[in-house]
Amino acid sequence: MISEDQKRRVNLPLFNDKIAVGWPSPADDYVERSIDLNEYLVKNSAATYFLRAAGDSMINVGIHNDAILIVDRSIEPTDGKIVIASVDGSYTCKRLQLYPEPRLVAENIKYPPIKIDKKEDFEIIGVVLAAINQF
Amino acid sequence: MFALVDCNSFYASCERVFRPDLKDKPVVVLSNNDGCVVALSKEAKKLGIKMCDPWYQIESSYTKKGGYAFSSNYELYADISARIMTTLERLSPNIEIYSIDEAFLDLTGVNNCQNLQDFGMQCKETIKQWTGMPVRVGIAPTKTLSKIASYGAKYYPATQGVVDLSKPERQKKLLNLVPVQEVWGVGRKIHKRLNQIGIRTALDLAMIDTKYVRNNFNIVLAKTVRELRGEPCIGLEDQPSAKKQIVVSRTFSKRVDDLRTLEEAVSDYAARAAAKLRRENRRCLYVSVFIRTNPFRAQDRQYRNSGTTRLIAPTSDTRDIIQNAKKSLRAIYRSGFNYIKAGILLSDFYDDQIQQYDFFYSKERTLHSDQLMNTIDKINKKGLPPVYFLAQGIKRKWSMKREIQSPRYTTSWNDLPKVS
Repeated sequence: MISEDQKRRVNLPLFNDKIAVGWPSPADDYVERSIDLNEYLVKNSAATYFLRAAGDSMINVGIHNDAILIVDRSIEPTDGKIVIASVDGSYTCKRLQLYPEPRLVAENIKYPPIKIDKKEDFEIIGVVLAAINQF
Repeated sequence: MFALVDCNSFYASCERVFRPDLKDKPVVVLSNNDGCVVALSKEAKKLGIKMCDPWYQIESSYTKKGGYAFSSNYELYADISARIMTTLERLSPNIEIYSIDEAFLDLTGVNNCQNLQDFGMQCKETIKQWTGMPVRVGIAPTKTLSKIASYGAKYYPATQGVVDLSKPERQKKLLNLVPVQEVWGVGRKIHKRLNQIGIRTALDLAMIDTKYVRNNFNIVLAKTVRELRGEPCIGLEDQPSAKKQIVVSRTFSKRVDDLRTLEEAVSDYAARAAAKLRRENRRCLYVSVFIRTNPFRAQDRQYRNSGTTRLIAPTSDTRDIIQNAKKSLRAIYRSGFNYIKAGILLSDFYDDQIQQYDFFYSKERTLHSDQLMNTIDKINKKGLPPVYFLAQGIKRKWSMKREIQSPRYTTSWNDLPKVS
């Protein structure tokens, strides 16, 4: 025997997924897409190069040996920025100091500052925006 | 008004971007198999090196003089080219990428708000700062004249790499200095005929009657003449449509005569072509293979042929493409020849979202096919040693020599430039 009550009962499908059936999740409008590390770290992709740090001359700002440096060539190198410079035909990563005299300063007491002598073959390549250390 | 932005010895300059020690040093880039010089810096030119010089002839004397040489590194060149084009798109709303190292900009409107010479300088300096590449800029009312301007920027250092030919007096002055064979669109044959009638400079060409040119040469040259006079006839080309075919072909490092080795090479090209096809989100219906002997070896018997197979349904599965490439190859292969080059061409493309089912279609096969190919592509993107099909061979002795290639600085995590 089936009661009237049972006849009127409607069977709703049961999904195993965590999806709200019939009632949209109030959070739906807010879930747009996952976050993208590129978008966060790279501002100008045409001018951004990745370099790999070698050595410990910048250890005090957290640039470890083998860290990946994100270098933007389109940013103006101002006083205090961490920069990539070409000195005597090779690249170096140091902090740029313009006053009282222009020099490149390591973030490790073991390394003396490099004076920026105009006679030297010197060029600032770009500004380091971030370093990625892997553990 | 147009601007032509053109890179100075593009490949050689790319090699310098991550090698500051090569500044002002002679640099040459070699063709496939390190055969001959395909690009050289002006310092190398000063040492007497010319385009197409065979490497084996110049190697010892060139390196003794302190010259540097590189095998072609197309990954690096393509990446740097893309950076330059993206930068240009920021500077000008309308650009036509003309080749790997040249682009035309449409400057309509720019001259209303900025001095064109200044705009050219700004282009040049921005590209140098952002990408590290030296370029020159030629500005003129027509594309053909902008090429002339670029020629001026190249050969006259006083221009500092930027020439603005918007004024007719300057156009005339420069046209008179440019040999007619340097004019865009004047080929070797036409150059000869022009010389016969006494046309030596670009200015001579600009002065001939267009009716005469149309009757005695062709309509294209008549357009060139009008463009040289400052009358725009050629506009910016629209963006190139999606690729209609994909070709992968290579010269072997040594002559090959057996079918097995050819199969290996063709399978390798097939796998590369299939990966390119998937990158474009396409499937193809036709797989063609071509092989040829070396026409420069007069002592060899010559043979060249190509063969095509039609697939049952459009595919981008490397296995299908390799299998059909081998089928095409076997149909055209003849023994007893010294083959020097082979290639594969994929054509008749379909969108990979639209799958046409046929009678023998099996859902399972296609489903797993896409997953498998996806996985392979993902692994191979990581810059680790790639996964490949055994048909592609293991030692690949036939493959190109690129013995002195620079690292893939911008396209491989393992090759990032080091900085201390």
